[in-house]
Amino acid sequence: MTRRQGLIAILWLWSAALFVLPLIIVLKISVAETRLGVPPYTAFFDAAHHVTANTENYSRLFTDSLYVKAYLGSLKTAFIATLIALLMGYPMAYAIARAPAHRRDLWLLLVMLPFWTSFLVRIYAWIGLLRPSGIINTVLQALGIIDAPLHMLNTNGAVYLGIVYTYLPFMVLPLYARLEKLDASLLEAARDLGATPWRAFCAVTLPLSMPGIVAGCLLVFIPAVGEFVIPELLGGPNTLMIGRVLWNEFFTNRDWPVASAVTAVLLILLVAPIVWVQRLQARGDLAP
Amino acid sequence: MSAGAPATLRVADVTKCFGAVTAVDAVSLDVRANEFLCLLGPSGCGKTTLLRMMAGFEAPDSGRVFIGDDDMTATPPHARPVNMMFQSYALFPHMSVEGNVAFGLKQEGLRGEALNARVKEALAVVELEGLGARKPHQLSGGQRQRVALARCLAKRPRVLLLDEPLAALDKHLRERTQRELTALRHRLGISFVVVTHDQDEAMAMADRVAVMDRGKILQIAPPRELYERPANRAVAAFFGDVNIWEGEVVAGNKVHCAALQIAFPVTDLLPVGSRVEAAVRPEQIAFTSIDALLTGVVSDVVYRGTASTYFVRHAGGAVIRVARQNSGPETFQRGDTVGLSWPTSAVRVLTS
Ligand SMILES: Nc1ncnc2c1ncn2[C@@H]1O[C@H](COP(=O)(O)OP(=O)(O)OP(=O)(O)O)[C@@H](O)[C@H]1O
Ligand SMILES: [Mg+2]
Repeated sequence: MTRRQGLIAILWLWSAALFVLPLIIVLKISVAETRLGVPPYTAFFDAAHHVTANTENYSRLFTDSLYVKAYLGSLKTAFIATLIALLMGYPMAYAIARAPAHRRDLWLLLVMLPFWTSFLVRIYAWIGLLRPSGIINTVLQALGIIDAPLHMLNTNGAVYLGIVYTYLPFMVLPLYARLEKLDASLLEAARDLGATPWRAFCAVTLPLSMPGIVAGCLLVFIPAVGEFVIPELLGGPNTLMIGRVLWNEFFTNRDWPVASAVTAVLLILLVAPIVWVQRLQARGDLAP
Repeated sequence: MSAGAPATLRVADVTKCFGAVTAVDAVSLDVRANEFLCLLGPSGCGKTTLLRMMAGFEAPDSGRVFIGDDDMTATPPHARPVNMMFQSYALFPHMSVEGNVAFGLKQEGLRGEALNARVKEALAVVELEGLGARKPHQLSGGQRQRVALARCLAKRPRVLLLDEPLAALDKHLRERTQRELTALRHRLGISFVVVTHDQDEAMAMADRVAVMDRGKILQIAPPRELYERPANRAVAAFFGDVNIWEGEVVAGNKVHCAALQIAFPVTDLLPVGSRVEAAVRPEQIAFTSIDALLTGVVSDVVYRGTASTYFVRHAGGAVIRVARQNSGPETFQRGDTVGLSWPTSAVRVLTS
């Protein structure tokens, strides 16, 4: 076995042990039924060696509107949050890429700075900022700008804020990597050929940064769809996201089979955009 | 092109500094209608900076840029009727060859058939018909260069600015493209400003050459005049080989060179006693056995194919370079004692 094959073998083992195997277990549980006991689901074969598997859990996902709504809610929330992150992250990445070389490292460091503190701590900090007696409300009231505290915590807005805040660096970094490589003479050529600065941006910068846009959007969208902590801590009672449903099925209802089915469908929802992007890339539709 | 033709592009007393570096220092320059002008100079002398100010990518610290009769000093690049071909070609990698050529025309609002016709025409000029659908990365270096040229020509600019357009091409392709560029100029009737640091290239293509050094223009003249009548030592040294001797003007309109221990006549009328430099091209010096101006010993011979360069050491220590065609029967060897002479008209007196 060559060195190269050895390295690839490690990769295969890694994904087999940490992805394929757990996935198989999840799929197996998702076709079982609940029962009282340990483990809390029926075995794959019954005493007479007959397969007990059935797809009832899956049909429940599509008949009970709660699940469909939660999936749609998650997709919508993730989509809007990704869009906001893109609109905020693009100008940031652009500004950093255009900054003088000695400044760029500092700006990048500032973008990544939040990672130095635990994610949970930072979300709790937002609670401290947003809650009715929190810092923002206290300051606004002290300044006489508002009479009664604003209701900011436990709203959908707070969920968007939390997701955008948490995942913005994942948008900025791939965009920056792409924009920084962009040959400045291409923009000058566009200007020289008669394009206004805005047209030159649309015709040259934007298409050439498309791979960065796609990478950034996937990196924000995928974790945002399955996000549990942010809607749980910042969201309100009507924030319906699939991560919360999953948690409830698993820990509150102790219905492992349904929780597993929810997970399996979620996985398909997330794999679809990745496969789509990979096919675009293979066809060369994304700029070189 | 006549000397009195109006300027299509005029740079008037333009200065540009980058921090402590004065890249372009009070340069004035006219580009005449349908002229082929070369900017020639060593690396870092400000050629690109001057070109970029013509295109509008750098704003001069002082001075003005006129295109036609209009002051365009403050006009942004997209509104100037000139086009620049970048040294890296700067082709849009995500567009086809046709897309690249069409880009500039679309900015003018051209669409449909009119657009296609202009794109075809431009690709035909550079003989790239049939490659329109390819992406730049599917082209050879020479083909890319042609696409970049076609993209500029399609816009029908009044002046075409080219920054070292041939630097990336191999010798054969370079010579062919040189001929094609000059031919294009005659066919299309537009002015060319070409940056180069290759004096042979400048001499081969240009109507006039502007020799630059450290941000200043030393001399602007047709190639022949630059070669035969350089304004100063730097220009003389830039074009080919030259012998330069310091001397003093003595009576009888002669220059006395201490290093050569002789006085020889010059054509220029100069005040007696002034210190000057005398320049003589190696190929103007002849070997002779009668009426020699001076004698010396051949110390080295460098064979260059059609000609050879002889290094002749004079008794006073000076080494004189003599170029001689290799077609004649007699040759000289190292160690031979030879007599040298040159016609009075060959001596160019440099003041400064
Ligand atoms: N954007 C810039 N910032 C700082 N200095 C610059 C900039 N552009 C050019 N310079 C400086 O100005 C001077 C002239 O540069 P320029 O590029 O015009 O030279 P050039 O004659 O084109 O040289 P080359 O033949 O190497 O291309 C150089 O000293 C260069 O370092
Ligand atoms: Mg240059």
